[in-house]
Amino acid sequence: MFSGAEIASLFVSMGITHVVSIADSTIGQWHPAIERSPDLRLVRVCREGEAWAVAAGLYLGGATPLVLIQCTGLFESGDALRNVLHDWKLPIFSVIGYRSYLNQTTLPGDTCLVFTEPLLDAWRIDYRLIKSPAQLDEIRTHYLACRDASTPGAVVIAEGKA
Amino acid sequence: MSDQRACMSLHDALITLHRARRADDVVITSMGAAREWMVLGAGPLDLPLVPSSMGTAPSIGLGIALAQPQRRVIVVNGDGAMLMNLGALVSITAAAPPNLTLILEDNGVYEVTGAQPTPGASSGRIDGADVDFEAIARASGFRAIYHFQDAAQWARDIQRVLDTPGPTFVLLDVSPVPGAVGPRSPGPAPARARELKRVLSLKPE
Repeated sequence: MFSGAEIASLFVSMGITHVVSIADSTIGQWHPAIERSPDLRLVRVCREGEAWAVAAGLYLGGATPLVLIQCTGLFESGDALRNVLHDWKLPIFSVIGYRSYLNQTTLPGDTCLVFTEPLLDAWRIDYRLIKSPAQLDEIRTHYLACRDASTPGAVVIAEGKA
Repeated sequence: MSDQRACMSLHDALITLHRARRADDVVITSMGAAREWMVLGAGPLDLPLVPSSMGTAPSIGLGIALAQPQRRVIVVNGDGAMLMNLGALVSITAAAPPNLTLILEDNGVYEVTGAQPTPGASSGRIDGADVDFEAIARASGFRAIYHFQDAAQWARDIQRVLDTPGPTFVLLDVSPVPGAVGPRSPGPAPARARELKRVLSLKPE
């Protein structure tokens, strides 16, 4: 849906300094552009639960991090995000790839479609669903609203293949 | 950690660090170490990670170290917590912050839940052999690795260890604290986070 250059440029325009991420087949296509950007640092982690904690440390240290993971990683990272977002109330923003949303034949019956949005609601994360390229600027708008309110937030970006 | 190995007390291990750390160092402690550190006296740049998501202290330390390259960041983690987030060792060496020291205090048990053996300790394994954290750290990409069993040796070498360009991995063999309980947060976590962020925004002395 978006090119790496578009995403990197968007993150820079949002004032992001560090992107804490694990690739999926969509997000991974953005990593090279993020790495090429002189204004962004890509921090690779081994599991998504780590990403929230690394982002928490970056935020406490004065950086402006963002967590970039797939929805499967959201499922994996529940306790870490609970601690960071709700115990410590750190306003970490995340960009979450929504596996299979645009192409539900790739993984017929992919339960990512069943659990992603209810889980975001359960974790009380204010999110926006991004389903078309025309919504690129909605990511920045939602981020800025969350930043100004000092609350966590997310955008869930529909992905076209598993 | 095997019951037969020589080791130091957690208190001795931490009091040595408490004396050796610089005022502008950030010290992050988890679980039993957090409990003991608060007794010794936590400074404004310290983060006793209570409440926690078990295993995340090294990852939080990695984030602070990347954001604050001018400060030394020291993380004290337990072996049970480390096993819960072993990938953090690889994430740390991938980012390679030279200002990060990870101290692993290995007592072989989940101390605050009643001292059940971890799967890494000889008493928790069918093969009866301890998991080798030093080897795990080396294989994960750490180049500066230290291992201490004796409190006096740890006290003699700690300045050299902390002055080593990191990321640095330090394994301390410690004895479990009998009847130990979990740490309590010294205050509301959000307010503590705001204060730590404020203090970290000040220039180091």
